[in-house]
Parts: sequence; structure tokens; C-alpha cells
Amino acid sequence: MGIQDRLIEDVGLREGVKRLTEDKIEQVVQAVLKGETGARLAAYNEICMRCGLCSEACHFYLSHDGDPSYSPVGKVQQTMAVLLKKKGRVSPDFIYGMAQIAYTECNLCRRCVHFCPVGIDTGYIMSTVRRICHKLGVTPQYIQDTAHSHSATFNQMWVKDDEWIDTLQWQEDEARDEFPSLRIPLDKEGADIYYSVIAPEPKFRTQLIYQAAAIFTAAGVDWTMPSEPGWDNSDMCMFTGDFEMMGRLKRRHFESAQKLKVKRIVMGECGHAFRSVYDMGNRWVAWKMYPVPVIHSIEFFWELMKQGKIKLAKKYPGPVTVHDPCNVVRGRGHHEKLRELVRFLIDGDIVEMASNREHAICCTAGGGVINCGPPFKNVRLAGSKAKAEELKATGVKTIVAPCHNCHGGLEDTVHRYKLGMDIKFLGDIIYECMEKPS
Amino acid sequence: MHEIYNLVTGPLAWLAWGIFIVGSIYRLAIMYILAKKKDGPSLAYMSWGFSLRSIINWLIPFNALGWRRNPVMTVATFAFHICLVLAPIFLLAHVALWDQFFGVEYPVFRENVTDIMSMIVVAGGLVFAGRRLFQKEVRYVTTCQDWLILVIAVLPFLTGILAYHQIFNYQTMVILHILTGEIMLAAIPFTRLSHMLFAVFTRAYMGSEFGGVRRVKDW
Repeated sequence: MGIQDRLIEDVGLREGVKRLTEDKIEQVVQAVLKGETGARLAAYNEICMRCGLCSEACHFYLSHDGDPSYSPVGKVQQTMAVLLKKKGRVSPDFIYGMAQIAYTECNLCRRCVHFCPVGIDTGYIMSTVRRICHKLGVTPQYIQDTAHSHSATFNQMWVKDDEWIDTLQWQEDEARDEFPSLRIPLDKEGADIYYSVIAPEPKFRTQLIYQAAAIFTAAGVDWTMPSEPGWDNSDMCMFTGDFEMMGRLKRRHFESAQKLKVKRIVMGECGHAFRSVYDMGNRWVAWKMYPVPVIHSIEFFWELMKQGKIKLAKKYPGPVTVHDPCNVVRGRGHHEKLRELVRFLIDGDIVEMASNREHAICCTAGGGVINCGPPFKNVRLAGSKAKAEELKATGVKTIVAPCHNCHGGLEDTVHRYKLGMDIKFLGDIIYECMEKPS
Repeated sequence: MHEIYNLVTGPLAWLAWGIFIVGSIYRLAIMYILAKKKDGPSLAYMSWGFSLRSIINWLIPFNALGWRRNPVMTVATFAFHICLVLAPIFLLAHVALWDQFFGVEYPVFRENVTDIMSMIVVAGGLVFAGRRLFQKEVRYVTTCQDWLILVIAVLPFLTGILAYHQIFNYQTMVILHILTGEIMLAAIPFTRLSHMLFAVFTRAYMGSEFGGVRRVKDW
């Protein structure tokens, strides 16, 4: 029982560990612990009573029949607790296991916080472990590739500058068959909203940009998208522990919005990017309040609906269940707006999962776990058994999930556990049901 | 015997209280300075309202999700902590000592009440020990420190009960009771018993983050 019994081969972790010595590890761990952590980590480490109450919060623990090495405190015990006890003097092999736990067996979803009487934030501890791994150069290959892409291109998917514009124009062109007046306005100064997406949208979920353009057109929204880097709001560097790059990404995103003098930023249906704004990236660049107001598309669609700007031609057939993405619900309290909006859109009821709203069980994709790629896919899917059971118990055919990561994870889960459910973005449903202008 | 009694009620008592009070102030001050220096991005979001909201909600039994899912642990934790704090403060014999040494007097609980409360502390300790031994997710993470503080916390109550009921040698038990009580006091700032000092702040911080930044409840 423990990480060393279940190590998975990953070229990024293996090559990273090969370059390490105990001296180097000690030096890096000390640098992070002394330079970047403080009373928060010290207090968490000291007052955790090892009561184990957090165990039941974690889907990895629940999905592995109560294997204690998957519990939040069990994961801390195998990683940060050892680093602190040994003052960073650990073996390269230990670092391999530590990285595997931190990157692939914790979604940083923070559900465990709701179970801890003394308020320990395991997500923060695991992020700090990842930070150390990043500085040691031990990161899973796939997620590191996206972090490299951020560094080189300011987007996650190696989308080149001309490809970005080309993709938007391609979607505009496609959409004009259906909506002859549709435009995707680029670099429009002073627009009401700046729409930012994650790089996987132009890369392989292009229909989402099409749908957003269709909805904004139908609702008469004054919107724009930037033609230059900064358009991608995603942030895999936050998840690899490359906080320097995380800060640069947030700065670039906001600066591109400021340059266009927009009133506010609307972020697509993504969760982690939101976390980067309200929680981590903004703090790294020392902004208590970020310079341009940011809202998630749950809020924006909700506003459009409340103001009567979207007219529905039909309602989507229910019942449905709602998956609450950790970063926009437990992270930003959008659960009720989400439900109001869904009730407006569907014909039928919302059947709640056993765990819902701020207590929802994670999709097992978030926190960069799905981004660690194929080597860890089976582990991830084993970890989503608890979610699969909750989904199945609803007995419905449709899951509404306003987060790209959750979509990726839930699609795999639905497939693996043969749940036969469809997963919908809010944009999917609105686009399908709205009155389409001709 | 008298000399040992005088030692534990005299110099050792002063030492234990001294370590407890000065040590606690020292630890809190050092932690605060460290937080100011290193945790600025966290401290900036601290809020009184959300801190109190979180603390109060976690002080209600079966209110938080963590409490609701573990009823045995919830009952044991609340009973253990309430009795552990209140019984020594309102115990007749303790108040008599305050009166004898410093002329301080205040109301007391009836003796059979504090007796039962002490038994509850011991019983709570047994529940915790049972979890450490038999519940695999707790056993997996249990360290020597966890056993040590459990023993430190329970012994003064166990010896107190034995002394009160005059089981074994009364004088020996009283001395052991005082000694273990002093060990507990002195251990608070420097062992995991320091959760007594810090938990209120970690809870307050989490409440502030969840209330002010994340806009949800944290229980």
C-alpha cells in the first residue's frame, strides 16, 4: 500500500529523476520551503491530527475501496510530510513517487476541505509539492508539453499566431451559411465583452467558438476577440508548478483585454482558467483585484437569459443532471446560477447527484490530471468510479457540465463505465434550442 | 511524599504554567510574523465575518459535511473536547487550589459531574485510540506523535479519576495527576496539541477564502 507499489512509467518523470542527486533535491526543497512557503504550510503540518476524516471526501479513496494511501492525508503523508521531516533530503526515487501522487492522484478539487475540522487545504499542499517537482524538473511529459507551449506561444496547444486568426475566420465563414450577418469581431476597441477561450477550443473543439459566436450574434452582444497572444485564458503552468510562467500568462491575458479597452472579460466554459484568475495567477502577480472584471460564461449566459436576450425556439428534453465543476462552483459559487439557467433551458427536472453543489465529487480530470496524458489514463478512470456510480444513480441520459476538463473526464468515465450518457456544455444546449436569426 | 507533592504543586507548577503561557504567546507571535512575511497573498483576504461564520458553523455538531459523515467521531470529538476544557476549569478541587494559593474563587460543577466528564474524556480517548488501531485510513497515517499527544491528553484525567475514587495509593495518584497535568500544559505549545492554538486561525483562514474569494461555504 503506497505509491511505490503503483509507479507508472512516464518519460518526463523518468528523465527528470535521472538528473537528480540527494544534494540537489535538498537544495531545491529548502529553497521552496524557505523562500515560498510560510505560516500556512507550517501550521497545516503541525496541527493535522491525522484523524482521517478527509478520506471520505476524496474520489480516489472512495474509488479504490478505501485504500488509505489515496486519502488526502495519506497523500500528504507520502509527500510533503516526508519532505518536511527529512528537511528535503530524500532520494530521487522518492521524488518520482511524490510527483506521481501530486500530479496524477490529486485533482486539487478541495472537496476534502469540507471534511477537515481544522481547515487544512490539501490542494495547497499538493500544489506546493508540484511546485517543488517543477523546480526539480520532474513533471509528467504530456502536461509539461502544454507548459512549454505556454512559454513559447502563450497558448496551451502550440497554436501559431496566424493559425489562431485563421481558425476564427474559418468559423466565421462557416457560420455565415447559417447566420449571414454573423461576425467574429477581432480587436474591436471598447467592446462590451472580450471573449477568451482555452487553446483546445481552436485546436479541436472549434464548434464551441462557432456556437459562442452564434449565441452572441443572436443576443446582440457587443463583443470582440483579440488577434494577438493573450487570447488563451488557460493555465497549465499553474498545474505544473511553473508559477513564473503562470504569472506571465495572467498578465498577458489581462493586458490584451486592457489594450482593447473592453468593459469586461467573459471566459468560456472552462474551470481551471477561472481558478488561475481568482486564486493563483492574480496573487502571483500581486493583484488583489484584477484589472479587468472577469466573469464565467455561466454568469454571462445567465445574464443574457434574465435580460431576455436569448429567445428559445424549444426546450432541451430533460431530465438532466448537473455536474458542478470544482473551480467554478466550489471555487466561485456559481451552482445556483447554473441551476437556474439549466431549468430555463430544459423541459423536465434536474436530477441531483448524491454529491452536488459545493460538495460535488470531482470529475477526476481537473487539476491537470487529464493533461498528464495516456500513461495515467487508467488510473484516472479507476479514480472516477465513485463519480460514475453517482452519475448512474441519477438514471438520466444527459449531464450538463460547464467545464472543458470535466467534459474530457466525464466522456472517458461515461465510456469506461458504460453509462450511456450525453455530456453537454451550456453553449451546446443554448445553441441547439435558441431562435436562430436568419 | 510531601516533598514530591510540594515540588509538583510548587516549582513544577510554575514551570508548567510558564512554559504553557510564554510558549503559547511565543509560538503565536512567531507564526504571525512568519505569516506577515511569507503569506501576504493569503492574509490579504482574511475577513472577520467569514472567519466567524466558518468557526461557528464548524462548532455545531453534525452541521459540517465532515461531521455528518462520521457520527461516532463527531460525538466523541465534541464530548472529548468540551469535557477536556471545562472539567479542569470548574472542578471543585482545582478551584479550591486557586483559592488556597491566590484567593481566587468562582462557581464549580458538582463533583459527580466533573467525575463523569473526566470519564468522557477517557472514553473519547479510547475511541480515538480505537480508530488509530482499527480504522485503516487512520492507522495508515498515524505517527508516534499522534499516540504521544493522545496519552498526554488522557493521563491527567485517568489519574484524576483514580485519585478521586481513591483507587490505588491516593497520594501517588494525586502526584501523578498533577504531574501529568503539568506535562500536558507544557506540551501544548510544542506538540500537535498546538492545534489548540492554531486551529482557530486555520479555520478562520479557510472560512475567509471560501466566503470572500470562492463565495461558497466551507462546511
